[in-house]
Amino acid sequence: MSGLDFDTLVREAREKNDYDQLLGLIPYAKLIGVECLRLGDDLVFRLPASKDTIGNPILPAIHGGVIAGFMEHAAMLHLLMFMGIPHLPKIIDFSIDYLRAGHYRDTFAQCQVWRQGRRVANVAITAWQTTQAEPIATARAHFKVDGP
Amino acid sequence: MSDSVILERAQRFLSALRHCQVLGIAVEAADSHGLTLRLPYSSSIIGNPDTGVIHGGAITTLMDTTCGISTVCALPDFEICPTLDLRIDYMHPAEPHKDVYGFAECYRVTPNIIFTRGFAYQDDPQQPIAHVVGTFMRMGKAAQGGQGLKRDIQGGAA
Repeated sequence: MSGLDFDTLVREAREKNDYDQLLGLIPYAKLIGVECLRLGDDLVFRLPASKDTIGNPILPAIHGGVIAGFMEHAAMLHLLMFMGIPHLPKIIDFSIDYLRAGHYRDTFAQCQVWRQGRRVANVAITAWQTTQAEPIATARAHFKVDGP
Repeated sequence: MSDSVILERAQRFLSALRHCQVLGIAVEAADSHGLTLRLPYSSSIIGNPDTGVIHGGAITTLMDTTCGISTVCALPDFEICPTLDLRIDYMHPAEPHKDVYGFAECYRVTPNIIFTRGFAYQDDPQQPIAHVVGTFMRMGKAAQGGQGLKRDIQGGAA
């Protein structure tokens, strides 16, 4: 069933420092425009400002669901990149706190794996726009990581 | 407030949300008890290309929107209610090539906060693919930056 070799793709992406191919595989990530930047040993994800992701037309502000989807996807990729998982992790639950409006501008996200067991991983995700010290949202998620 | 007014407000509210138009989300039903939205299956929202399963992010958007708009079922006037928090528990993955429905209701309304809960399902509401709770903040009528939007959404009923 698994037609895609994520192991190879992840290795290639890391070697070339080019994550476009990996990101391009996931239609939803392409739809909202997720990008991935490598800063030293850190991985930072970027969601470029786009009219198509706006929810609140007055501010205007990015749809909360898109911010959540971006953060969930960041966590999934983070696990793929760092935790040596050869397949896509499966979401178990996701909880997000919205701290500030996500304005019509680029959004960034970074992840922290607090615990990876054999079956389940716990990931915290922070999203910000102006400065990392003032997050627009924090989230945590559990993923199933033991095979498809 | 009559159910037809609630339905109309829910439809106008949804039509103002650009990203929901991109996903093709539509109002399925709305009355004083709650709101149901429909997210059509599409290849552009796939999260796993091997299986064709929809990305959790699209389901989160559906449920954030459903919970957010369900506030019109409980409030006499339209109010902008930003999401404070949202939690989704996945019971099982969505089946590919099938639409997803989201239902939400407000189970407690205070002067400042609205507590909502709901679930996402495909064929059978008794077998949800996800359970959701969301908390929303009431900004109060004085803080409404969007008088124009309020007029648009309430329509002639305002």
